[in-house]
Amino acid sequence: MSKTNDVVIKIATVNGTGSASANGLLMKAIFRMGIPVVGKNYFPSNIQGLPTWYEIRVTGEGHQARLERVDLMVAMNVQTYQKDLASLTPGGWFIYDSTWPRSKLLDRSDVTVLGVPLSRMCNEHFDTARARILMKNIAYVGVVAALLDIDLEIIRQLLNETFGAKKHLIDSNIEAIHLGYDYAVQHYSCPLPVKVEKMDKTRDHIIIDGNTAAGLGCVYAGATVGAWYPITPSTSLMDAYKRFCKMYRMEGDKKKFCIVQAEDELSAIGVVLGASWNGARAFTPTSGPGISLMSEFIGFAYFAELPAVIFDVQRTGPSTGMPTRTQQCDLVSCAYASHGDTKHVLLFPANPEECFYMAPKAFDLAERLQTPVMVLSDLDIGMNDWMCPDLDWDDDYVPDKGKVLSAEDLENMDAFYRYLDVDGDGIPYRTLPGVHPKGAYFTRGSGHSKYGAYTEDADEYQEVVDRLLVKWETARNLVPEPEIEYSKFNKSAVISFGSCDGAVKEALITLKKKNVGLNYCRVKAFPFSDAVKEFIDQHDYIYVVEQNRDAQFRTLLVLDIEAEASKLIPVLHYKGLPISADFVARRVLEEIARGQAA
Amino acid sequence: MSYIAKPKISHPKMPRNKLGLTIRDYEGGVSTLCAGCGHDSITAAIIQAVFELGIEPHKLAKMSGIGCSSKTPAYFVSQSHGFNSVHGRMASVTTGANAANRDLTYIGVSGDGDSLSIGMGQFAHVIRRNLNMCYIIENNGVYGLTKGQYSASADVGSVAKKQPANRQMPIDPVSTAIGLGATYIARSFSGDKQQLVPLIKGAITHKGFALLDVISPCVTFNDNVGSTKSYAYTRQHFHHVIDADYIAPSEEILASYNAGEAMPVKLHDGSKIVFRKLNEDYDPTSRAAAFSFLRDSVNQGEIITGLLYINESPGDMHSDASTVDTALANLDYKDLNPGRQKLAELMSRYR
Repeated sequence: MSKTNDVVIKIATVNGTGSASANGLLMKAIFRMGIPVVGKNYFPSNIQGLPTWYEIRVTGEGHQARLERVDLMVAMNVQTYQKDLASLTPGGWFIYDSTWPRSKLLDRSDVTVLGVPLSRMCNEHFDTARARILMKNIAYVGVVAALLDIDLEIIRQLLNETFGAKKHLIDSNIEAIHLGYDYAVQHYSCPLPVKVEKMDKTRDHIIIDGNTAAGLGCVYAGATVGAWYPITPSTSLMDAYKRFCKMYRMEGDKKKFCIVQAEDELSAIGVVLGASWNGARAFTPTSGPGISLMSEFIGFAYFAELPAVIFDVQRTGPSTGMPTRTQQCDLVSCAYASHGDTKHVLLFPANPEECFYMAPKAFDLAERLQTPVMVLSDLDIGMNDWMCPDLDWDDDYVPDKGKVLSAEDLENMDAFYRYLDVDGDGIPYRTLPGVHPKGAYFTRGSGHSKYGAYTEDADEYQEVVDRLLVKWETARNLVPEPEIEYSKFNKSAVISFGSCDGAVKEALITLKKKNVGLNYCRVKAFPFSDAVKEFIDQHDYIYVVEQNRDAQFRTLLVLDIEAEASKLIPVLHYKGLPISADFVARRVLEEIARGQAA
Repeated sequence: MSYIAKPKISHPKMPRNKLGLTIRDYEGGVSTLCAGCGHDSITAAIIQAVFELGIEPHKLAKMSGIGCSSKTPAYFVSQSHGFNSVHGRMASVTTGANAANRDLTYIGVSGDGDSLSIGMGQFAHVIRRNLNMCYIIENNGVYGLTKGQYSASADVGSVAKKQPANRQMPIDPVSTAIGLGATYIARSFSGDKQQLVPLIKGAITHKGFALLDVISPCVTFNDNVGSTKSYAYTRQHFHHVIDADYIAPSEEILASYNAGEAMPVKLHDGSKIVFRKLNEDYDPTSRAAAFSFLRDSVNQGEIITGLLYINESPGDMHSDASTVDTALANLDYKDLNPGRQKLAELMSRYR
């Protein structure tokens, strides 16, 4: 095995030992060498003491997904040695702390075991228990740097930036890097046949997670009210919003934003609706269990026609599920959240970059359509570090506040009626409290006529819910269009959305090499636009790739645009790990072998 | 809720408030509650209070949840926006509304079911936030719309129509609010408009969270012999401890009080609440004293009414959160967006 800029490094540690910064250092160093990277964190729902893994894929070709391969295992957790050894791809390297030699335990003949006495070296060089633990992490970065030929000067630069004026910390970290680096160079033939080499493929790119990007997007969108109840994996979205607000939204010591940490999700969405009713851009980040709790209010907002933006950073369900694992499992519960006939606009970002740009889009749609809009991110996008192009902003952007009547408009009107379809697009005009006495109306979730009055009259009720369907069709034309790629004239295709995108795109390349050319449609929103329907109509076999057990995306295609179910072939990944490129390619080939055409 | 527009009949000599409006400008639709419902009297008191305060109708926001009480915002100030939310969740909606626009006056109308059962969590937490609002509980001890089940405020031993006596301990919103640190707490009776109107005016003017627990008999399901929330029982047992007069900033204190009996408290806008102590042992500015007095009164079977506790501290949710003085919903987008250049600078942190 000899490869350059194509290696998967997996680091097994114990959570709470400070390995996250070491892993970040390693990934950033490779990124700074101009080589694209993919980072995945597999962490427990726990604060300290349980196994955790960090995976860095070095991909000179710039792929975005994970692979099921591990070339270099940095095994720092004795509890998982055997599992980690077993998961190493044949021909790979297994690095472990040989302070306590384990020659009998580590007995795979098809891999190379490299022992480095990290604990012994750190115990000799550092005084305190805490420093010894932390520096062991930095020392394995040194080992990997030597084995893969990572530029030490870049690592030094990164440490300088991290610790700034704290020179003693820079010195001790560099010392630890050298402990590992020098030992590896002296005892093993470095670099290994797999190594890294400088490129120029990360210029104008950043490494960012989706929650940070979404929180930043909310600041740029002009959101002023954020309400939430902390829940993994959405917590860091509000943390980011707060951090960026403190950078950009202060007027002296006064804040041009208000964050309400509510008592639960039922309250968080109530706060959002109250604020939207008053004309502010308001949002709440949550995850699946939060959507369940918010459902009653989401139905209220649908029927009373109030804007709301909800970020659902999906995690593995059902129930509490696995809070620190990823899935795309809330599609149906979000699309039809709440009792009665309801359906909601959903956006599907595929990466952190889209989390940023879809934030203002979500507010624009919510205010234009006067309805809740949910951005369905997931743990993989939200919490993992992704390489993305630099985020950019158009200073000409003006928020779309939708059909809101001003005091002047109201002054010149004979009478205002809240739910009249004046323009024929199913979207009525609304007024904000405090603007004009003529604008007053009663916002209610009970039956109402188009004039906004309470009703129990059969026809008056039906007129309003039928008009909401007109609005639904308007939404279909306003949501972002899918991204469609034609491989060649072909009757077979893949349709997918969200965080599957990277794995699908890479799988398409793999499949093409095996003479399987597939067209691809990556959907960005629900309801599905006409382009999605046309794409489905054009093909005879469509692999529907998604990350849940019950083919929820496929269900929505059947329900919303009456796609022919028999030609939609489910490709489902739902173990809680991000979908891999290998998986998609393998499943498509299996289906072809079983008789589905390609 | 059914809504019948009320014809506007105005006499040229009707009294006008500081805005030149008459009380007719503060009326709402015709009530569809049962004839004699206590809630309608409270509606009338709210109309009187906001008229006398001279609040611009469109600067008032009427918030409610679900239940008979939550219907009533349709029956007052029809030129105000109303938000009839979902059951037990008025507090969160009002929190958001106030977060976005601090310039409006918020009156929330709720009931004992809406606030003390399904909405107990939100009731507790809106107090913790010290949201600037007037929160009225129209308290009748039963669920009216679902035909007479006991609510969480029903007293032990109280008997509602067609029900065996209640055996579960009641939740008292007043002592709960004292425990949670509410800054203005009053109790009154729907049949005592003279006491109620100044209490509502004080609650609206008070900066921070103001609770008004108003015993409001349900004539259909809980006005029978054996009920502790009936008109007859309430009239026999209610007991003014502290009466309060509301004095607008521009008004002089004209009423004469016996020395040692009157105690003025200044509200944030310069208006005053003048307490008239009818019970010498009572100190409405002491949380501990108010709490123990209430406990004793419960043991004696008395319904203590009046302004039971006030802490005219200057704070509310916005001062705790240090938000800007301008309503957030009224800020210009250009003041909210950092712009392209700042984003370009930020990117270097992520390389």
